[in-house]
Amino acid sequence: MAFTFAAFCYMLALLLTAALIFFAIWHLVLPEYLIHFFFCVMFFCAAEWLTLSLNLPLLAYHVWRYMSRPVMSGPGLYDPTTIMNADILAFCQKEGWCKLAFYLLSFFYYLYGMIYVLVSS
Amino acid sequence: MSAPGFTNLNSSISYGQNPATPHRNGPAQTYQPMHPPTGCYGAPPQQQSYPTIPAHPAPVPSKAPITNSAHSANYYRSNHHQQQQQQHLSQHHVAPSPYSASPSSAPPSQTYATLPSSAPPPSNAHYSQQPLQQQHHPPYAPPGSYYGPQSYHAPPAQQSQQQPSLVPAPAVGPGAPVYPIVSYPSAPGSSQFGTLSSSQSAAAHGVMPTQMGAPLHQYGTTRPASTAAVQPGYGVAPPSHLAPTVNGQGGTGHQHYDQSQPASLSYDSYGDADHPPSGTPSASVHSSPGHHQGMQYGYAANSGASSASAATSGPAAAPSSSSSEDDDDDDDEEDEEAGGDTSSSSTGSASPVPNSYDNLEGGSYPDSMPPSNHMTNQAAPYGNYGYPGMPPAYHQGPAAVTDSSPSHDPYGQSSYQQYSQPFPNMSQLSAALGGLSGVPELEVAALRPVNLLQERDLLPHRPLEAPEPNLSPDLKKVNCCPQSFRCTLTSIPQTQALLTKARLPLGLLLHPFRDLQLPVITSNTIVRCRSCRTYINPFVTFLDQRRWKCNLCYRVNDVPDEFMYNPVTRSYGEPHKRPEVQNATVEFIASSDYMLRPPQPAAYLFVLDVSHNAVEAGYLKYFCESLMDNLDKLPGDTRTRVGFLTFDNTIHFYNLQEGLSQPQMLVVSDIDDIFIPSHDSLMVNLKESKELVKDLLTSLPGMFSESKETHSALGPALQAAFKLMTPTGGRVTVFQTQLPTIGAGSLQSREDPNQRSSTKGVQHLGPATDFYKKLALDCSGQQIGVDLFLLSSQYTDLASLSCISKYSAGSIFYYPSFHCTQNPTQLEKFQKDLERYLTRKIGFEAVMRIRCTKGLSIHTFHGNFFVRSTDLLSLANVNPDSAFAVQMSIDDSLADSSLACFQAALLYTSSKGKRRIRVHTLCLPVVNQLSDVYAGADVQAITCLLADMAIDRSITSSLSDARDALTNAVVDLMSAYKNNVCNLQQSGLVVAASMRLFPVYILSLLKQKALRTGTSTRLDERVFAMCEFKTQPLQQLMRMVHPDLYRLDDMSDQGALHLNDTVVPQPHLLHLSADRVTRDGAFLLDCGNVFYLWIGKSCDHLFIQDVLGFPDYASIPATMTHIPELETLLSERVRAFLDWLQDKRAFSSTLTVMKDNSSAKASFFQYLVEDRSEGPFSYNEFLQHIQQQMS
Repeated sequence: MAFTFAAFCYMLALLLTAALIFFAIWHLVLPEYLIHFFFCVMFFCAAEWLTLSLNLPLLAYHVWRYMSRPVMSGPGLYDPTTIMNADILAFCQKEGWCKLAFYLLSFFYYLYGMIYVLVSS
Repeated sequence: MSAPGFTNLNSSISYGQNPATPHRNGPAQTYQPMHPPTGCYGAPPQQQSYPTIPAHPAPVPSKAPITNSAHSANYYRSNHHQQQQQQHLSQHHVAPSPYSASPSSAPPSQTYATLPSSAPPPSNAHYSQQPLQQQHHPPYAPPGSYYGPQSYHAPPAQQSQQQPSLVPAPAVGPGAPVYPIVSYPSAPGSSQFGTLSSSQSAAAHGVMPTQMGAPLHQYGTTRPASTAAVQPGYGVAPPSHLAPTVNGQGGTGHQHYDQSQPASLSYDSYGDADHPPSGTPSASVHSSPGHHQGMQYGYAANSGASSASAATSGPAAAPSSSSSEDDDDDDDEEDEEAGGDTSSSSTGSASPVPNSYDNLEGGSYPDSMPPSNHMTNQAAPYGNYGYPGMPPAYHQGPAAVTDSSPSHDPYGQSSYQQYSQPFPNMSQLSAALGGLSGVPELEVAALRPVNLLQERDLLPHRPLEAPEPNLSPDLKKVNCCPQSFRCTLTSIPQTQALLTKARLPLGLLLHPFRDLQLPVITSNTIVRCRSCRTYINPFVTFLDQRRWKCNLCYRVNDVPDEFMYNPVTRSYGEPHKRPEVQNATVEFIASSDYMLRPPQPAAYLFVLDVSHNAVEAGYLKYFCESLMDNLDKLPGDTRTRVGFLTFDNTIHFYNLQEGLSQPQMLVVSDIDDIFIPSHDSLMVNLKESKELVKDLLTSLPGMFSESKETHSALGPALQAAFKLMTPTGGRVTVFQTQLPTIGAGSLQSREDPNQRSSTKGVQHLGPATDFYKKLALDCSGQQIGVDLFLLSSQYTDLASLSCISKYSAGSIFYYPSFHCTQNPTQLEKFQKDLERYLTRKIGFEAVMRIRCTKGLSIHTFHGNFFVRSTDLLSLANVNPDSAFAVQMSIDDSLADSSLACFQAALLYTSSKGKRRIRVHTLCLPVVNQLSDVYAGADVQAITCLLADMAIDRSITSSLSDARDALTNAVVDLMSAYKNNVCNLQQSGLVVAASMRLFPVYILSLLKQKALRTGTSTRLDERVFAMCEFKTQPLQQLMRMVHPDLYRLDDMSDQGALHLNDTVVPQPHLLHLSADRVTRDGAFLLDCGNVFYLWIGKSCDHLFIQDVLGFPDYASIPATMTHIPELETLLSERVRAFLDWLQDKRAFSSTLTVMKDNSSAKASFFQYLVEDRSEGPFSYNEFLQHIQQQMS
């Protein structure tokens, strides 16, 4: 049962990612921020203070990042007129890699946490 | 033919004609065939006009042309309207039948036979084959519907020798188109194209034919012989006229064709070779036109050609074109490139007739090559004629043209040896190219340590020139002109580490579309590197005659056969002598491979603010007057479209449909949901509706004189303009006089007047809304450029409004405090700017790609454009007055090469509807010593690049950050130099002589309106200054940053320039310091867009009398903006000097005479940047500040 749920989540995540990439590449950041925010709220509800404290810096960064985005009327973070500047492009790429690493590590941490709870209960 | 007003026509004509031409070409060819039959042609031989026929060699050319023609045809046809075109058309019409005849031209087959004999064709197997094909295909004519015909015609020409009658006609028409390959030096007159046509047109026409013939030659190399006979007649342009007589029908028509064909001239040269006889052929003036025509035809031909096997040769070209069209999908050159490649590949296969087509596309060259051999014989004559217009350099070639009909000879190295230039095919030369050796004297001078605290007279006597790269003399000679293409470091550091150590920015400053005359090359195959798509340029290495090594990616490419023939010298086997390899700046006529859609017509939409504020300012009257005066000078052809749109709180459209008795105004008041009331009649053909346009311009100023509406719906008006222009693309010119207050894009005043002189930093340098940016990006996507004229006395939030131009590649003009009566200086400037603006050249739907040697990469772009990918700029419009800057970084070590190259390729549609590519290539040495880097530093370019970077910084970060960064740039440089290069433990500030002016320039930058603090500066003026920094070419920018100060009252003729009959004195530059400005002198301050003539209180009476026409200082009026034309020597000298300064800039500068009184003092002395004024550092203090920072 647990396995099927994990498999389901995995497939859903894949589908979601593909959809995000194909349909809203410039707006991808908002869903990401929202999902991350949702996680944090869940951890808060579950009183997982350690996990929450690990995620808070990223949450703060996201808020700051979106507040300081270029002037634009729609959602989005990247300005098509400046994104091709090597500086900005390099920064955004670096930012992406760092976050990928963070999410990946958190994933295993969450997995470990989940299994630990399942086993110990 | 081109003569008719289209100077450029050659090229342009070709376009216009193209529509017709294509047919013409075909027809021409057909004609030729026909002629023969007709007997009229008997005359044909004389067809000298046809001489173009010689062009037959054209076969090859035909290919190229064909493609071109095909593509262009669509548009051009419409354009054809042009008179010439019409003529052509008529001819064409005639021609068509002839073409059909061409098949009949079967007689040509005979020719073929002859051809072989005559034609060296043998030299190239392919060629020989071609001839054969031709023979077989006498049918050429059939295929020829266009191409085929042309090429065939050529054969006919040859045949004509045998069968004179036949030959003439065919040769001319077809050949020309084919030859497009020919490169004409752009005529001086028409900066680009026009020039060619004008000069060459006459001669060219003749030439063109030759080209035509040339293509044919390819096929039937044999032709040469035949052609010789016939061609002679053809060769002679005049004959062409005669020819008409010959052709009974279309003698005239033929002539026309000939002309059109002439475009191909360059190719003709190839053809010429074939048609030695044709040699008589006057030079093909029309080469370009011909090409176009050819192209058009080509398209047509394509279809037809493909169908007809005989036509194959012609058809081949067509196919290629079609393929190219497919490529169109890609916007970029790349697509084009792809197309080109395919063509090239096709060229490879020379044998079968069908192949011939292929050849045409890509292979045309090969074919042509053989012809060239033949051509060589005849070519000379052609060359002479056709090229007359061409630069002397080109002429040189012709001499060589001996008949070594066999291509082999051409290949002979001997030819290479002749060249002094670096191009040498030999790999050995590459080493020489490095040319790092001997720079001694210059370098030493540039490296001399200068102690800034001690040396005070740093300025040179004359304005600073760009430093010369340390290259071998051969490379120097061909390197790109620094005004078009300049690098901050003329010696490129080998590694990023070295660059970082030098503490200097690496970047390029480009002025790619500036007005200049340059060689225009029409070629069916534009030779480019297969992997990086670099255009062949003077800095490539020829490994042997058949292979060249790309200088950017080092890939070894094949030299297409077509490229082996040099149209300039009419010789074969000297690819290193082709104009592409002889000039760092060239312009290609692009084939349809380079089009995503048919070239658009020139389209101009004027969006005019008619609110109460605008009426108060009174600009409308002057705008209408200026436009009325320049209506005929608007760049464009017969397809040119114009439209008008006015707005206050509603949007007014004007129906100018031809046939109306007067313009109709349509008012749309629903500004929240803008719609276009009528789709066909709002943008109208200028030619057809000229009377209505004039009516409108006459009545417009009066229509709104009573307007009380104070609101301005600029946003909706722009949306309407966008919708109106979407189908075509083009230029939107917006006149705005106040803050947009209603509708989408309305803005609030953000400026706090009390903060104008704040030293804390400046807010609101960025846009308040992204409405204008988004609209600009939409516009850019539809190839619409938006130019903004802002005439306001109050804050209008230029920071937001400017986005509409910034991202659509437009230009921005700002006239603060504009008022038609209260501010005559601004009015005069507005009028002058407007005249230049309306009449200056324009390129549509342009893209610019910058490529650089492997290891270098582009970091950031500066200017007005939209960056589409990391090396591609999308420019909806490109104008000759805007410049770009690029920051570069070094990714990989450049150690494996001694040279670094940069290539900027600008692909655009000319106002005549031709697709063109302008290519600039810059070559610089790579060094591994820090001292060499400093020796090659270009202080002006560095200053401009730093200014661009500082402006970016002030918008994204803050103004004080930007200012600190500039100061730190000086500190870093000084420290780096002191620590790494200068071994002497000198005290004080030491810097290399090449950079000695750096602190002065940076100090000047800090005192510019854009970057200054502490001095009251209106936000709009500051933002406008920033926009100027981003877009002004270097020379202009440097005059704005660091004005030139001259003393005029003691000028001597020593060192004066003698231009024509006038003597232009060259007074020395003075430091911008008040202690240089004495009371007893008269000084001229050249600030780029304004001259100040400062008259000291005790200025020499003689000067005041002789130059200003007043008896003494006291009688000089307070406002004086002109220097009277007095018959005194001094007055003449002063005016000559002013005119000379003026001639070097695009927009005319206004002159203000200033007396030595307090009010003038403030505005004059603010330019004396070395003095302390209102807070900021003086030069001395600045140096001391630097010194403190260093320790």
